[in-house]
Amino acid sequence: MPLLEVENIDVFYGDVQAIFGLSLTIEEGQTLAVIGANGAGKSTLLKSIAGLCSPATGEIRFNGERINDVPPHRRVPLGIALTPEGRRIFPSLTLEENLLVGAHSKRSGHWNLATLYDTFPLLADRKNRLGTNASGGEQQAAAIARALMSNPRILLLDEVSLGLAPVVVEQIYSALPAIVEQGTTVLVVEQDVNQAMKVSDRVQCLLDGRTVLEGKPSELSRERIASAFFGI
Amino acid sequence: MQWANAIVQGVILGGLYALLAAGLSLMFGVMRLVNLAHGALAIVAAYMGMVLVNKTGIPPFATLLIVVPVMALVGWVLQRTLLNTALNRQALAPILVTFGLAVILQNLMLELFTADNQSIDVGSLAGASIQITPDIAVGVFPLITFVVGVFVIAALQLYLAKTTTGRAMRATSDDREAAQLMGIDHRHIYALATAIAVGLVGLAGVFLGVRTQFNPTFGDVTLIFAFEAVIIGGLGSLWGTLWGGIILGVAQVVGAQAFPSSGVLLGHIVFLLVLAFRPTGLFPKVVNG
Repeated sequence: MPLLEVENIDVFYGDVQAIFGLSLTIEEGQTLAVIGANGAGKSTLLKSIAGLCSPATGEIRFNGERINDVPPHRRVPLGIALTPEGRRIFPSLTLEENLLVGAHSKRSGHWNLATLYDTFPLLADRKNRLGTNASGGEQQAAAIARALMSNPRILLLDEVSLGLAPVVVEQIYSALPAIVEQGTTVLVVEQDVNQAMKVSDRVQCLLDGRTVLEGKPSELSRERIASAFFGI
Repeated sequence: MQWANAIVQGVILGGLYALLAAGLSLMFGVMRLVNLAHGALAIVAAYMGMVLVNKTGIPPFATLLIVVPVMALVGWVLQRTLLNTALNRQALAPILVTFGLAVILQNLMLELFTADNQSIDVGSLAGASIQITPDIAVGVFPLITFVVGVFVIAALQLYLAKTTTGRAMRATSDDREAAQLMGIDHRHIYALATAIAVGLVGLAGVFLGVRTQFNPTFGDVTLIFAFEAVIIGGLGSLWGTLWGGIILGVAQVVGAQAFPSSGVLLGHIVFLLVLAFRPTGLFPKVVNG
């Protein structure tokens, strides 16, 4: 049984439809990258899985159970954690407090303050800094660590590389193997195609709210990805 | 020396204002909700204390053991039913709902207790005072109120800073949606914040009822003083609220010393000056989310 199944969902923002009949499946332990241009529906997809958006039609199943009507705060105890676009670090809390809030659901597992400081050394040095004063890279690392504090079964990463220097992006992605090693399923949304190809077992490319291409990174040529990405 | 006395009395009065404003400050800080029924709820608590003292004969301080939990429960139910729904509508909804609530409460009290002035009888404590210098004496009860006010602000601050739930409250205040992604049920956090806030209103209301004469319409002026304390101190800052209360108290008492019939007016003027020149208050929260 796949860990997560998204089946034929339509998602709207008011009257505007963002996702059209989208389906997606991830097996436990897999890393799936969803790529696509701005407005392709990638973030909306992740928000729907985390519960911030609700699909008008279709079904989302986690571990075989339909979760369409489960509110976001109840999805965290099930093992779903989202690192949202723009990181959304709590500005008036220190980075360590941000991490502690991430443990609110009290799921136990490998990840705690000590193991996360080990995996993200830059956080250990900056733990007493207020969220608002942290750099983009520190905020992104803290946002991922905060999501991991709930010891999720699936980690949803939205646009990790956005607005960060390439060297910082490398640094943050270098933590991914340690996360996957714990058996955590990862769904990465990226505009940075190279980064997405490098870390994932499978790639799914969206265009205007629909899947236009999917496959293993090794089987997809640059040309096919480029044409799917831009819809040409 | 009479100026020094006025300042001391003003500071002590400020403790009552801070106590009255603590709940208002907390509710605004956690959910950006201005509770216009705050003053009316304080007067409800004052009447509750009065009835308990008159009917059962228990000492006024003992009524707190009943009034505070009852008011906290009222706050919890209020948030779970009316206010959480109102917060999901546009920005004006919570203001209208709490305003309506204030009107209803005031009229209910008029119906039950008439418009006559009342107060809670604390016996000899009401007149007791301590001589500090030959020219300055402070009332024992106002001093107790001041100490309780400072203690409440400090305890609330500690609760928000150090406890898991307090941290969740601050996180929810910063970013409600991100807090939901951490598994925090914001409706529960809000209900808890309002329970604490209205419980504190209960505490403040009983102290107010001992200290001054009150009637059902007294909620309006109570709300205004509490509101001024919050604004002077800076929205969302609890220590700011304590300072705001003290500044307001000093302005009123020193003002009355200079212009005997215009003390309250001077308090308002200080408030307006702060609003004009430091709209974020004198001690704003360091971070704006």
